[in-house]
Amino acid sequence: MRRLLKGGRVVDPANGRDGVFDVLIDDGRIAGVGRGLPANGAEVLEVPSGIVIAPGLIDMHVHLREPGQEHKETVATGTAAAVAGGFTAVACMPNTDPVNDNAGVTEYVLKKAAEARLARVYPIGAVSRGQKGEQLADIAELKQAGCVALTDDGKPVATALLMRRALEYASMFGMPVIEHCEEQTLKGDGVAHEGFHASSLGLRGIPGQAESIMALRDISLAELTGGAVHIAHMSARQTLDAVRFGKARGARVTCEVTPHHFVLTDARLAEPIAYDTNTKMNPPLREEADRDAMLAGLSDGSIDVIATDHAPHHYDEKRVEFDHAPFGITGLETAVSLVFDRLVHPGLITLGRMVELMSLNPARILRVPGGSLSDGAPADLTLLAPDLSVTVSAATMRSKSKNTPFDGWALRGGVAATIVGGRTVYVNEDAKLRI
Amino acid sequence: MKKDLLGISDLTRDEIYLVLDTAEAMREIAERPIKKVPTLRGKTVVNLFYEPSTRTRTSFEIAEKRLSADTLNIAVAASSVLKGETLVDTALNIEAMAPDMIVLRHASSGAGHLLARLCKSRIINAGDGMHEHPTQALLDAFTIREHKKRIEGLKVAIIGDLLHSRVLRSNALLLTTLGAEVWVSGPRTLMPPAVERFGVRASTSVDEAVADADVIMLLRIQHERMNGAFFPSVREYFNTFGMTTARMARAKPDAIIMHPGPMNRGVEIASEVADGPYSVILEQVANGVAVRMAVLYLLAGGEGD
Repeated sequence: MRRLLKGGRVVDPANGRDGVFDVLIDDGRIAGVGRGLPANGAEVLEVPSGIVIAPGLIDMHVHLREPGQEHKETVATGTAAAVAGGFTAVACMPNTDPVNDNAGVTEYVLKKAAEARLARVYPIGAVSRGQKGEQLADIAELKQAGCVALTDDGKPVATALLMRRALEYASMFGMPVIEHCEEQTLKGDGVAHEGFHASSLGLRGIPGQAESIMALRDISLAELTGGAVHIAHMSARQTLDAVRFGKARGARVTCEVTPHHFVLTDARLAEPIAYDTNTKMNPPLREEADRDAMLAGLSDGSIDVIATDHAPHHYDEKRVEFDHAPFGITGLETAVSLVFDRLVHPGLITLGRMVELMSLNPARILRVPGGSLSDGAPADLTLLAPDLSVTVSAATMRSKSKNTPFDGWALRGGVAATIVGGRTVYVNEDAKLRI
Repeated sequence: MKKDLLGISDLTRDEIYLVLDTAEAMREIAERPIKKVPTLRGKTVVNLFYEPSTRTRTSFEIAEKRLSADTLNIAVAASSVLKGETLVDTALNIEAMAPDMIVLRHASSGAGHLLARLCKSRIINAGDGMHEHPTQALLDAFTIREHKKRIEGLKVAIIGDLLHSRVLRSNALLLTTLGAEVWVSGPRTLMPPAVERFGVRASTSVDEAVADADVIMLLRIQHERMNGAFFPSVREYFNTFGMTTARMARAKPDAIIMHPGPMNRGVEIASEVADGPYSVILEQVANGVAVRMAVLYLLAGGEGD
C-alpha cells in the first residue's frame, strides 16, 4: 500500500532535513522524501502546515509489566499508551514475573506485541539470571530471541565484577548494558531525595551520590572493557558530571533523562498535595540544582536521550502510606507535551534536537531500525502538533494505570498522529487531522 | 483552625497561643474532685494507634474522657498490618461509623495526610513516623511558658537523635514561630540533612548548644541506631553528647530540663539530671492531658461550656 503525506514540516536530523516535504510510504517503508512528489495512485494524506512529521519516537525505557503484573499494564495497554503518546517503538524492561532472562519470556512479549499491532516492542533482557546479580543470563539466546540490550533495571548490576563481565560479554553481540545506577547501601531504605523537603517531611533520604558513585564505577568499567554502558533515568547533577567526564575521555557512555526529572523537583513532595505517592519514584525527584543541570545537559548536548521510565502501578498500590508505595509513575502519554512545553517552546532545544533525543539517539544506542526518514527505513512516523493545547487527563489515558503527577496540567504541544510501518495506529481527535 | 491537626505547620502563631491559653483553662479541671466536664458529650473519638504507645495514648484517652467524649481505642499490631487490610480501608471502615475525630499514631510519615484527604472525621496526628508530633510540641511550649512566662527570646537547646525525631520537627516549627532561639545538637550522623533550614542553629558541640540556655530538651537515643553506624557505642555517646550535671552547669542557673519520653537513663541523660530539681519531665506529662483537651475542644468547634 502506498501513501503520500503532503504538506507537513519534516524534521529529520539524520538527513539534515527541516522543511516542508512530501513523504512517500510504500509497503511499510519510506520510499522517498522530497518536494512535489507525484501521487502515482498513492493514497494522499494532506498534512496541515503547522504539523511536524518526525521519524517515529522511540521510548527506550518502559515497563510493560507483562508477564506477571497484568493488573498494572499489559503489552497491549502499554503499547496503546505508547502510540497515543507518539511513540512508534518502546524498549521494555525485563523486571517482569518471571524475569525476562530467557528466550521464552522474550518470545512471549514479542508475541503479545505482534497481537496488539500497535507500537514496535524491543525487549531488553536481564543481565543476570533472575536479576539476582550472580550468574549472567543466557545473553546470546536473548539476543537471538530479539532482545536489543541488557539491564538488571530496578537495581544496579550487583557487583563490579559482574558488570565487567556483562560489558565484555554483551559487547560481542553489540548490545549495550543499561544501568540503573544506585549504590544500594547509600540508598538504604530511602524514599525521597535527601534534602530539605525530605528532612522536613520526615522521609528517609537518598543522596544524589548514591547514583553518581555507581555511574562512576560503570563508566570506569566501560573504559576497562570497551563495552557500551547507558545510564538510565539520570537524576543527579553529579551523575551528569560523571557522564560528561567519561565522554570527554572517550568512554562508550550514553545517558537518558526522564521528563519528570527535568520538570519536577522535590518541592512537589510537600505541595500541592503533601506526601502524594505520585511524586515517589526511583531515582527520586531531586532539588532545583539537579533539575536545572538536567535542563542544561539537554540543551548543551551532554544528554543523549529522553526516556519516560513509564512505570505503571495500580491505584491500590499507590493509595497507601508514602513509605509503602511502590516507586514510579506513568510517562508514555505525557512525555511529548512536557518536552514541547518545557524544552522546545522555551527555546532550550530545537525541534531537531527533540527528534535526536527521542528518536535518532535511542535508535542508534539500541541499534534498531528507525530514527530517520531515509529511503528504505521503516515508515514509522510521529506527527506532532507543536501548538496544540493539551490538558493532561489521567482518567482518559490508554495506560491501564493512572499514576501520574501531571493530571490536570495544561501544556502546549502534543501528538497529532502515530504511524507504524505505514499504518496509522493513533489519531488525536483534538488535532483535527484526517490521516 | 483547620479541619485537621496534622502538624504544627497547620497552625498560625495566634492559633498556637489559642491552644496554650485554652489548655490553661483545661488544666483547672484536673484539680477538681470530679474531673469531668460535658463539653464533648455525644462526640465519638477513635484512638487509632499503629505503634505501641503508653504515654500518648493514655494522655489522649484521659483528655477525651475528661471532656465526656465517647472514646474507642484501636491498637493495630505492626505484624497484622502486613497481612491485614490497608490503612485506608481501616480508616474508611471506622469513618463509616461516623466518629467525630480520629487520633492517629503511625510509623509512616504523612499517614495522617492520607487519612485527612479521605475522611470527613477530623484527624489529630499523635505522631507520624519521623514527621511531626504536634501535641507534644504544644505541651512542651505550655510547660516552657509556665516556667519562663514567655517563649519569645528564650534559648532552647534540643539534643539527641534529631534525624529520626518527630518531636524535633514539631518543636522546631513551634518554637521558631513563637520567636525562641532554637539550637540543636547531637552527632552529625543523627542530624537531618539541611537542618539549618528549619530555622535553627546546629552545632555538634553540646557545650555550645547548652551555653546560657533557658531550656534543654533531650531526645531519646535508641540502642538499635548503633547498627546503622550512627554512633559507635552508648558509652561514647553518653560521654560526648549525654546531658550530665557538668554540662547542665553551662546553662542558665534557672534552666529547665525536658524530655518527651521514654527516657534512656545513662544514654542521652544522666539520672542525676533527669531526677534533678530543674527537671520538669513529669510536669510535661501532666500538661499533656490539658493540652490535648484543648486541642480536642478547639477542633470540635469550641462549642459547649
